[in-house]
Amino acid sequence: MSLFLETLIGGVLAGTLYALVAIGFVLIYKASGVFNYAQGSILLFGALAFVSLKDAGVPVAGALAITVGLLIVTAIAIERLLLRPLTNRSPLTLFMATLGLSYVAEGVAQGFMGSQVRALDLGIEDLPMFLGDIMISQFDLIAAGVAALLVIALSLLFNRTRIGIQLRGVANDTLAALSLGIDINRIWQIVWAVAGLVGLVSGLLWGARQGVQFSLSLVVLKALPVLIIGGFTSIAGAIVGGVVVGAGESLAETYIGPFLGGGITPWFAYALALVFLFIRPAGLLGERQIERV
Amino acid sequence: MSDTILELTDVSLAFKGIKAINGLSFAVRRGEICALIGPNGAGKSSLLNILNGVYRAESGTVVFEGEHFHRMEPMKAARRGIGRSFQNNALFSGMSVLDNVIVGLSRHAKATLVEEALRLPRASTQEAAFRERAREVLHLFDLDLHAGTVVGTLPYGVQKKVELARAIVAKPTLLLLDEPLAGMNAREKEEIAAIIGRLNRDLKLTIVLIEHDIGIVLRLADHVVVLDYGRKLADGPPETIRSNPDVIAAYIGSDRAERAA
Repeated sequence: MSLFLETLIGGVLAGTLYALVAIGFVLIYKASGVFNYAQGSILLFGALAFVSLKDAGVPVAGALAITVGLLIVTAIAIERLLLRPLTNRSPLTLFMATLGLSYVAEGVAQGFMGSQVRALDLGIEDLPMFLGDIMISQFDLIAAGVAALLVIALSLLFNRTRIGIQLRGVANDTLAALSLGIDINRIWQIVWAVAGLVGLVSGLLWGARQGVQFSLSLVVLKALPVLIIGGFTSIAGAIVGGVVVGAGESLAETYIGPFLGGGITPWFAYALALVFLFIRPAGLLGERQIERV
Repeated sequence: MSDTILELTDVSLAFKGIKAINGLSFAVRRGEICALIGPNGAGKSSLLNILNGVYRAESGTVVFEGEHFHRMEPMKAARRGIGRSFQNNALFSGMSVLDNVIVGLSRHAKATLVEEALRLPRASTQEAAFRERAREVLHLFDLDLHAGTVVGTLPYGVQKKVELARAIVAKPTLLLLDEPLAGMNAREKEEIAAIIGRLNRDLKLTIVLIEHDIGIVLRLADHVVVLDYGRKLADGPPETIRSNPDVIAAYIGSDRAERAA
């Protein structure tokens, strides 16, 4: 039993990080209807900028402030140079644009900051903690706590402020929102900046665990099954999806893995997502598309 | 202020070579209800979409409040005081009635993002003022009890009232309504028609509306413009429209065509 609980808790905690990455996608998808392939590269860009500044001797608070500033500028640039000229184009066109953007972001990041693996020490020691005879990673626990705080902050932003109400309006019906005088370009800038910040937090937490390097941008591939399971349009869905994937992965590795020769983590989430595509294509909490014919 | 609030001169619009609107000219006087009628495909919705900048006319001019439409966009139109409702109820269905109406005030927002995020005085004052104004308008539409209700859960007739409330909350100078009575029963139609009449009288709101219910249109409107295949068939007060032979022919004609189809 304790092995089961330990596996489950470890999985759930890891899942909160998946959820955090997925939330970055959901925000942009809701506001601009585009699957932002570049989210992983922006995450890498943020984490790399922070590490480089920190390694150059900038104090942590300063490095964080500069990185946040960079991400905001990036968001504004993306809106001006990419989204605005491509307004009203097909989702596929926008997707291709973010594909290009991901290469640019990666190229810029590595060009300026190098491509070697950078260790990131956030000052959190990864000591195991014991709850009875269940071992929990302290780092995972803190990371999950940070993710939870961020989610609370986001939900306050979107439910309690007028910006949030406007954003939901844009997500709901873009033309109606425009016709009421909402500055959609402004909303896009805000959303991309917020998604960038969410990316930065997830990048730092992942980076602290596995080092800041190119492969960090591949977390996109982890977020995809989470989004399929939770739904592309729901932040709550991203959280549920992340936890389901994290827990499922971890349990499957322990209990099913041995029969299949181990190493099933990389594909298990996709297999799970495939099942969901069959039974609930909109995801657990996503909006079901109703086609009027 | 001039007597004419909106003037279209020789406006044309085509989709893939098919003329949706063809050399259309007419004027809307300040304070009137102007109804656009005509069979399906006559170009009424396209015209409304030109008036709030969703489409741009390919030729001709649109002058609103003495200013030429130049590269008009929906957001700019809203900020100049053109409000509108949509044919299939474009409410934000997952949000409360009050939030929907508050979004309607977007064009009056003055506080900056930073002020709003940090809840600085100007943002709080603005928020309080928006709330109050939104509640005022809900009261006007007898929607007080529904303020906190999620819009998507309300009956269609009530939703339509919410959409009207959202369209006028920002005090537009020109209100565009795309089939405000569609999909309603007779009682609801009368109620909405009465509200539209009241908005026009009490708030001195100039209204351009598209409506198929000829009976109500002829009673409600001060001025009727009849469109057919993107052209103007007739233009004048309801009395002259009623007896215009071209209009009668077009309506009966389209009726026959529909029956045959």
